Amino acid sequence: MKFNYFVELDAKALLQQYLPLNPDGKGVLEGSLLFNTAASFTSNTNLQHYSGEVSLSYFSQLFALMWLQFISAGTGIAALAALARGLRGDTQIGNFYADFLRASFLVLLPLATVAAALLVWLGIPMTFHGAAVAETLESATQTIARGPVAAFLAIKQLGTNGGGWFGPNATHPFENPNFWTNIVECLCILLVPMGSVWMFGRITGRMKHAAVVFVVMGALLLTKMTVALGFEMEQTAAFTGQPVTDAGVNLEGKELRFGASAGPLWAVATTCTSNGSVNCMHDSLNPPTGLMPLIGMWLNVAYGGVGVGFINIFLYIIVGVFIAGMMVGRTPEYLAHKVETKEMTLALLALMAHPLFILGGAALFAATPWGAGTLNNPGSHGFSEILYEFSSSAANNGSGFEGLGDNTVPWNIATGLVMLLARFIPIILPLAIAGSLASKKPVPENIGTFHTDTPLFGVVLLGSVTLLGALLFLPAAVLGPIAEHLGSL
Amino acid sequence: MQHVITSVRLVVLTMLVCCAGYTAVIWGLAYAVTPWTAEGSLITDASGRVVGSARIAQEFTQARYFWPRPSAVGYNAAATGGSNLSPTNPKLVERLQPLLEAHGANAERPLPADLATASGSGLDPHITLAAARYQAPRVATARGLSEQELMQWLERRAETPGGLLGSGKLIHVLNTNLALDRGEVH
Repeated sequence: MKFNYFVELDAKALLQQYLPLNPDGKGVLEGSLLFNTAASFTSNTNLQHYSGEVSLSYFSQLFALMWLQFISAGTGIAALAALARGLRGDTQIGNFYADFLRASFLVLLPLATVAAALLVWLGIPMTFHGAAVAETLESATQTIARGPVAAFLAIKQLGTNGGGWFGPNATHPFENPNFWTNIVECLCILLVPMGSVWMFGRITGRMKHAAVVFVVMGALLLTKMTVALGFEMEQTAAFTGQPVTDAGVNLEGKELRFGASAGPLWAVATTCTSNGSVNCMHDSLNPPTGLMPLIGMWLNVAYGGVGVGFINIFLYIIVGVFIAGMMVGRTPEYLAHKVETKEMTLALLALMAHPLFILGGAALFAATPWGAGTLNNPGSHGFSEILYEFSSSAANNGSGFEGLGDNTVPWNIATGLVMLLARFIPIILPLAIAGSLASKKPVPENIGTFHTDTPLFGVVLLGSVTLLGALLFLPAAVLGPIAEHLGSL
Repeated sequence: MQHVITSVRLVVLTMLVCCAGYTAVIWGLAYAVTPWTAEGSLITDASGRVVGSARIAQEFTQARYFWPRPSAVGYNAAATGGSNLSPTNPKLVERLQPLLEAHGANAERPLPADLATASGSGLDPHITLAAARYQAPRVATARGLSEQELMQWLERRAETPGGLLGSGKLIHVLNTNLALDRGEVH
């Protein structure tokens, strides 16, 4: 089924110059870029090596990209429903098509309609006319790209997709014209990923467990937001000693209308949830601020993607109960099922795939001209650009340190492959774990059971996430943003 | 085979509903409720010619106009973007020098930070009130206006996006320049 989507998008983008709704006469995309774009939107990543207003017709944007934004998000929710039913102990995990249609038509479509209507009312364009041509006050000609932006934006924000209508995403005044659209769009990022946790609680009938997980995820999100805010409230480092007033915030890559704190808050929300839309340029964030989006994508669980965020933390839950079980010398259990060797092996395989793609890819591209020849910034920051691109692909995020010249054949192919593998491995393996757990006879809970709906479990889970994350990614963080920050002091 | 048929039916159904139907509803709503912003908030002059969009910055270089923030894409509204320079990148200092010169900035009269930094889209339509006040002497001289009156007028024009939640007063560059051309300050 996924393969069908992939072919579908390829065909549309390939034929866009012959299809309708192309008022500005956009031509065909280059082969590897087409592969990358198809992989990107099929895998709910929305990494963009093209610039929407430059390369794509309205038809391609709506019927290829926006369509995938709906269905890739619907697929994520359906996958979580299957996982939850397996863990509830159902032998049948449900009909994928039925779940997918429910998620698309009963959750995403109504939400998107409300959000799009709100955004239209707040001033976002929604037109099928081609670019406007203006003669400016100083008699220059300005061509202003526009389009049916509002409809596209709503599902882009709600479905943790993040691919923008315009190249610079929600920094663009047509995607995000004022303070209030910024608030609405930022809330839309978090809404469905947060709701997914409660959905899991409802299906499994364990709302208290869901509440504990929700709080753990919230703690991770708020911590990163606080740190990002703190570090961004510093003047752009390069201007030290120059005759520039200290605005008390780094304004490079930011829009004034959203207010000073909007950039770092959105940057954390969008990367913790696998959304990937941006309202400031992440490449231009202060180095320690830029580390927070990276951490968000490395852990990928502070609500995570629509549906798949909970699937990610499920892996950490398995590790958490395993560690806790080992500490008291008892076979670990999760939701009344024994967690044994097979489940642990699968969980670790799924967890290890993520750093393998990120660190392996970054190492390869940092050592060769494939990556080193495409950088926009010198030194450690250049390494951060490569690291960010692979983190974003592997976390199905789609944001970028966009200075990177990433529309090259090696980048398109490498990140395209990573996005596809990193989408489907972390869905298939956890479902296999759930299937394996479901096939076991439930163990009755007794006084020795480690309960997963207590604050103690929350601490164990938080510990598993942070410890595993730190062990895997701290060395790379030191080489990139931390080295750059210390160097600029 | 059954799976393929089901998939194809799903594809057709979701396209009809999520792409065609949904887009049509939002499009209809936009033209019914907010036709001006739906088209991109275009501003026309007395003869009906489009002079720009109220959302989008355009380039100003003449002394008689307020200037917007620098743009990494030369205010090209058909291929937008930021500089993507790291805050530690020495290129920022190189880029700063012509800006300092154009605005006549020096240690006694430092340049407001928003006029030294490029926005994310390259099309930020606003500058801070401080940045407008900073440019007021130049604009007043070029137009033969009283500097004090221009300053007071700017103060009255300033918007505060987000009110108390926002972070201070902003000036919309294009609207302000249009108002100046209309002779709103004498």
